[in-house]
Amino acid sequence: MANGSTPLGISKFVAGESKAARLFFVALLLLAAAVPVLNLVVPESSPVHLSAFGITLIGKYLCYAMLALAVDLIWGYCGILSLGHAAFFSLGGYAMGMYLMRQIGPRGVYGDPILPDFMVFLNWKSLPWFWYGFNHFLFAFAMMALVPGALATVFGWFAFRSRVTGVYLSIITQALTYALMLAFFRNDMGFGGNNGFTDFKDILGFDLHADSTRVVLFVVTALSLAGSYIVCRIIVESRAGRVLRAIRDAESRTRFIGYPVESFKLWVFGFSAVIAGIAGALYVPQTGIINPGEFAPINSIEAVIWVAVGGRGTLLGPILGAVVVNYAKTWLTGAFPEIWLYALGALFILVTLFLPNGILGLLRSKGKPKA
Amino acid sequence: MTRLTRVRGQLIWLLLALGAAGFATAQTPADTGFLATLGELREAAYADKAAIAERLTQSGHPAVRAALTALLEDRMYYRNTDQKIFLVKNGDADPLVLIDPLTQKEAGSAPADTLTKISTNNSLRHTLRTTVAHFSLSSPDRGVRIDAVRDVMRSLDEATVVLLRERLRQESDPGVKEEIETCLALASLEGSDAALKLDALRKLSKSVNKDVRNGIAKLVEKQADGSVLEQDAKVRQAAVSALDAIDGKRSFYAGIETLFFGLSMGSVLVLIAIGLAVTFGVMGVINMAHGELMMLGAYTTYVIQSAMPGHIGLSLFIAIPAAFLVSGLTGVLMERTIIRFLYGRPLETLLATFGVSLVLQQTVRSVFSALNRSVITPEWMSGSMRINDALTITYNRLSIIIFTLLVFGVIMAILKRTRLGLDIRAVSQNRSMAKAMGIRTEWVDAMTFGLGSGIAGVAGVALSQLTNVGPNLGQAYIIDSFMVVVFGGVGNLWGSLIAGVSMGVFNQLLEPFAGAVLAKIVVLVCLILFIQIRPKGLFPQAGRAAEDK
Repeated sequence: MANGSTPLGISKFVAGESKAARLFFVALLLLAAAVPVLNLVVPESSPVHLSAFGITLIGKYLCYAMLALAVDLIWGYCGILSLGHAAFFSLGGYAMGMYLMRQIGPRGVYGDPILPDFMVFLNWKSLPWFWYGFNHFLFAFAMMALVPGALATVFGWFAFRSRVTGVYLSIITQALTYALMLAFFRNDMGFGGNNGFTDFKDILGFDLHADSTRVVLFVVTALSLAGSYIVCRIIVESRAGRVLRAIRDAESRTRFIGYPVESFKLWVFGFSAVIAGIAGALYVPQTGIINPGEFAPINSIEAVIWVAVGGRGTLLGPILGAVVVNYAKTWLTGAFPEIWLYALGALFILVTLFLPNGILGLLRSKGKPKA
Repeated sequence: MTRLTRVRGQLIWLLLALGAAGFATAQTPADTGFLATLGELREAAYADKAAIAERLTQSGHPAVRAALTALLEDRMYYRNTDQKIFLVKNGDADPLVLIDPLTQKEAGSAPADTLTKISTNNSLRHTLRTTVAHFSLSSPDRGVRIDAVRDVMRSLDEATVVLLRERLRQESDPGVKEEIETCLALASLEGSDAALKLDALRKLSKSVNKDVRNGIAKLVEKQADGSVLEQDAKVRQAAVSALDAIDGKRSFYAGIETLFFGLSMGSVLVLIAIGLAVTFGVMGVINMAHGELMMLGAYTTYVIQSAMPGHIGLSLFIAIPAAFLVSGLTGVLMERTIIRFLYGRPLETLLATFGVSLVLQQTVRSVFSALNRSVITPEWMSGSMRINDALTITYNRLSIIIFTLLVFGVIMAILKRTRLGLDIRAVSQNRSMAKAMGIRTEWVDAMTFGLGSGIAGVAGVALSQLTNVGPNLGQAYIIDSFMVVVFGGVGNLWGSLIAGVSMGVFNQLLEPFAGAVLAKIVVLVCLILFIQIRPKGLFPQAGRAAEDK
């Protein structure tokens, strides 16, 4: 599994997809296999050697791709446009951050065996209750998925039950992430205020700065992305997936036929939040920092544009979109920092006006003659 | 004048001498003496400075008051090169604006590090404050006299009581008289005559002044050893009931003040949301660039103010129509090139207009740099109106409320009284029917969007007076403005007005308990919950038109 052989049961779903999906899987697995080799085996002097920075960068793209997949599952397949998915991403990240903070132990600047540095700095005497348990990886791991999932379920239960739809839902999801951002900026919350968490030392006993740890984290991310893709594929190919698409295209009609629209929306929203949370959790150890800025509404909206660029309503599109847009961002912010926002803005406008089905839609319409 | 010679306090005598002294412009021997005495302040110890101040007062020179006030306010400096003493306009500024101590005229400016401040300490400031108050008490300006009485109220002693009694006899203004009587009543609480004290308490219970309240509270406060300062039980009781009366009135005025703060905060919310209420509410367009249109309005204000530096107040009035045009034209351009292709696809509109907002932000950043620009507030907006001792209303808050009401009235008039307004309403109610009646719906769309965008620009002018003008100005308000419109009910301008004002008041009510940030979070969460209960807002649209949206 570590070098990425495809289990038999899944091949059915992969085979069921188009050629492009198979191509994607091969590419992803090749990437997961090639990156460790290029980093650990190929000598540093070689031009094809991949630096630790490069690994982290590609790992970040893959985390974003997972977030895009989560957004697409609800927007592309169920018609729910969430402008607050970065909130779930960040909550997962904060859960991981809390685990990593507890792992620092007495190696912090103030050397307190239990309290993280920022609590010592704020003169706190004991650990707040919601920090208990985060020294155990399994507990923290559960929280990475459960906290975003639970928040989404509660939020969705309120929103879907009273039939808040369309633009209204988009706006209140944005208000949700904005409120969370304001809350996490407060020192009193116990999450490090505007500095967030950083200076992590190790994860499960492995040094976070070591190349080998980075490679393993990368491979885990690649596999999580592949796994999320497969699960999303299973969902959208199932009967439930067809109901979701029916809700997207004609919500009232689906309700009148007798499907419990609200519960379908609720669990797909919750599940999407779990994927986003795991993506955030994988993001934090690779970038080495999490702060309230991650909750900023613009991050959620950027995730939506990845989906739109790649191709809404396909599962490959968002992954492609996330990687392409973020690669462009890395390149442009380095080469022409002034241009980046112009480019991103133009991307929003042009894609919605001229590419309603994204890059993937463009490729497909070129590939086969019009029916 | 002869009456006053009986008064023992030397200061009083000097005051009148001051008033009688002429305003000679040429440097007389008296001027030279004044400057020499002033010069001694440079190196004197704090205790000596008090003595020098005393000597200055006794000299009776007309410039003494301004000089001592400056010393009290840390605005007295000497120049390092020639040791010459100067007063400055504002101690925090750099370069410092110099004022000649003799003539009180501006004497150029100099970098702050070429001057040395003449410092003061607490006890010196106490002495100075009393001295300056004595000067002020005989000022011909009623306001200055009232302020002076309030000032001495904080440091009552026997000398000031004598002074106040004397002043009371001469005073003709009832307002000043009232203040002095309050002051004297407060002073008599420290005496030993119980009847006098009861009398004073009866009088003081009508006041709402904080110093009066603290003065009475001293009588009944428990000392460190558990005893109470006041021995007489009757007086104690009277003091307690006077305190109750004052506290009751003070909390009433505090409530009014919170309400006023809430109204002004709500007005800001209404102002930022009202353009959106037109574009989103009437047209159904989700304009995520709404905040950036406000930002354009704020930058327009900045540009116009920089173009005419001498006329700050006037530039603000010119900025209002200019900002309307700049933002309105940008809006029309957006509608013609992007939004009209996306009608009926709200989520795509949302994304495309968000793209526009990014482009506008970066444009402003490229043109004006990412730094914040400051827009100067005209003087008439920076003062405040004092209703009584417990309630002060600042003009900038008051003007924002009035401005919002004006803007709201104008929009209502446009929508209800003009041909354009009629067309707008017709198109928003039934597009095809309006078209069949010969209304140019495309033109109406562009005009409606332009109107909403222009109002955003006007809101930007107001925001430039409240916050820093920077590229991120719009982002800070976009969520608030959407919440106001959604809370009020889409398509209902009155709903937006009521929603904005009630959000502002609610926020202000929460702030004392929760702090600013938490109050905002609570308001947001309450709104999210409210939308669950009433998904269409406070005042939902009824009828067939509502179903289409």
